[in-house]
Amino acid sequence: MSAPASPPAASVPIRFRDPQIEMAHGAGGKASRKLVEGLFAPLLFGAAPGPLGDAAHVNINGTTVAITTDSFVVKPLSFPGGSIGELAVNGTVNDLAVSGAKAEALVVTFVLEAGLPTPVLEAEVRAMAKAAQDAGVRIAAGDTKVVEHGKADQMYVTTTGIGRLIHGVTIDPCSVRVGDKILLSGPIGDHGITILLARGELDLEADLRSDTRCVFPLIEALVKAAGPGIRWMRDPTRGGAATSLNELARDCGLGMVLFEDQIPVRDTVRGACELLGLDPLHIANEGQFLAVVSPEYADAAINALCLAPGGSEAQVIGEVREQPAGTVLVTTLYGGSRIVDMLVGDPLPRIC
Amino acid sequence: MRFVDEFRQPELISKTAEEIRRLAGTKRHYRMMEVCGGHTHAIYRFGLKDILPENIELIHGPGCPVCVLPMGRIDDGLAIAQEPNVIFAAFGDMMRVPGTRGSPLEHKARGMDVRIVYSPSDALKLARLNPGKHVMFFAIGFETTAPSTALTMMRARAEGIRNFSVFCNHVTIIPAIRAILDSPDMRLDAFIGPGHVSTVIGCRPYEWVARNERKPIVVSGFEPLDMLQSIVMLLRQLQAGEAKVENQYKRVVPWEGNRAALQAMAEVFQLRPYFEWRGLGFISQSALRINDKYSEFDAEQRFEVPGIRVTDPKAAQCGEVLKGVLKPHQCKLFGRECTPEHPIGALMVSTEGSCAAYHSYEHRKAAMVSLSSIA
Repeated sequence: MSAPASPPAASVPIRFRDPQIEMAHGAGGKASRKLVEGLFAPLLFGAAPGPLGDAAHVNINGTTVAITTDSFVVKPLSFPGGSIGELAVNGTVNDLAVSGAKAEALVVTFVLEAGLPTPVLEAEVRAMAKAAQDAGVRIAAGDTKVVEHGKADQMYVTTTGIGRLIHGVTIDPCSVRVGDKILLSGPIGDHGITILLARGELDLEADLRSDTRCVFPLIEALVKAAGPGIRWMRDPTRGGAATSLNELARDCGLGMVLFEDQIPVRDTVRGACELLGLDPLHIANEGQFLAVVSPEYADAAINALCLAPGGSEAQVIGEVREQPAGTVLVTTLYGGSRIVDMLVGDPLPRIC
Repeated sequence: MRFVDEFRQPELISKTAEEIRRLAGTKRHYRMMEVCGGHTHAIYRFGLKDILPENIELIHGPGCPVCVLPMGRIDDGLAIAQEPNVIFAAFGDMMRVPGTRGSPLEHKARGMDVRIVYSPSDALKLARLNPGKHVMFFAIGFETTAPSTALTMMRARAEGIRNFSVFCNHVTIIPAIRAILDSPDMRLDAFIGPGHVSTVIGCRPYEWVARNERKPIVVSGFEPLDMLQSIVMLLRQLQAGEAKVENQYKRVVPWEGNRAALQAMAEVFQLRPYFEWRGLGFISQSALRINDKYSEFDAEQRFEVPGIRVTDPKAAQCGEVLKGVLKPHQCKLFGRECTPEHPIGALMVSTEGSCAAYHSYEHRKAAMVSLSSIA
């Protein structure tokens, strides 16, 4: 969450009326947005914060830097393909990357539950160090707090990152135009479904790994090939691609029309979603990003992504249309279509 | 992906849609009810209305087990879970369904031990893992889920597990269809029969619909091609002036049903004399209770049940929507007081509820100026 700097205003109306905080307020969908826009933004950013990006730009003595922060409370701590330490580094590096910035330094906060075995902590710190090295970012400072046993779930990690802006790219939802192409860097849903299965509550097994990775090299390749054509980028984490695109649709007032058969989803993820009654577009990702690119740059953008390591499954998944304004619509090959809304609450498996 | 992609093939779907258009012509209006909430969900999810001609109207039926549950039952279940050391276990579908003082998820946020399970046997597993606690499984569903609840209780008894009980809200589909047909404001031409319920009960129990009520009924699968083919089958019957039960979902539904599943139900359950359905009122012999042989697992016998009866908010027209008399958006509260984030009725909560499906997939589309430029 981030917004342009402005002084807090005393008289900004607080529109958040929910009587208590529910899990849904942290799930990244509609409820999260209401909390941010209705309570945090008016009190902390002042009136109407405008579109909320993945990172804020802050000007210090004539130099603009990008800054963002993210907390990680994932359960279980480690899962096929990654762990909380790796997520904590990649998540913040990626938030900066999709804001058009290269992460330079991170600060990290650990909230640890008394009784956490040291080997568990050590493994996560090692995972962080490796992820930071891979991403070329320095971990510059940190803080540790320990809470009583039972007052936290093993460990929580918060990372705050500062990044240098990459030249030749401006991310602005308001610059999105009718006819622009919507790009996706690779298959969606791997992370969310991996976590759901790794919790072991569903007694389902699948050969699936989280997609957690640093997306900066892909973004760098994209900017090099199509920089002036890039209008908007976002890494669709909690709430999934549907939530990110709904936010964009709302911010720019245009329609996001997706072609269902073009959206890359692995069969295991599709299968799990079919069984559980979930929509892959609502499932969290940790190593993918969405980009809106002007049509004349779309081919160059896709070619560059496909040639870059880890980008071979990138696809144009849709385009920006005038209608349905402010909405995400998925069309199928056989002529049906459906609205895809933001995620409401947590994705819950259904029965029959 | 097998068993999915074959039934979503664009060419076959176009061909079948073409056949529907040819059969339906333009002169007559057809009103078909899809009984099952799974079908309602599929219709919206696959955008089938965009494919069907305008003179085929699909009416959403009462086959959403979460939706037909009166709020008082949820309150009762949550009241039991207020007892010390009780774990409330239920399917994901139940978690956001509002009780008078909030949904199970909201109770969880206030400290109640609420767990999502994917099957009743997962609830039994919770009981094994938590011997110091009592696990109450809040059972819902038609005959689709009732056998697995029954088998779980049989297993609990065989293993001598004592810290497990079931709060039984299982209902049966046939009385609901009868109630719909008895309702004077319904004018239906045909039924798209429930798919998963029929895997258990088979196709025979629908024969009276065809014989006595002269309505064709086709038991259908849930993929786009399944549903379109079922509509073709219904149109053919209607044009031939026939009324019979047909099975489109043969790859899953045996004509005689699943004998083992029916036996498990007979072992554990007996019919309640009557049960309250949201919107449809009290329907006799429409629900299951746990029989005396298994009473040790019956939460209604083990615990003090307040027996709460709550009337739905007056302005909410869940009943009319459940019966198919009103379309979701014709309810006064739809999209205003009642939204997926703040549901007033369960139809706005369950993925199978017609209001939730309509709200998430359709209603803004309906408001759009023109869809022609999109497809």
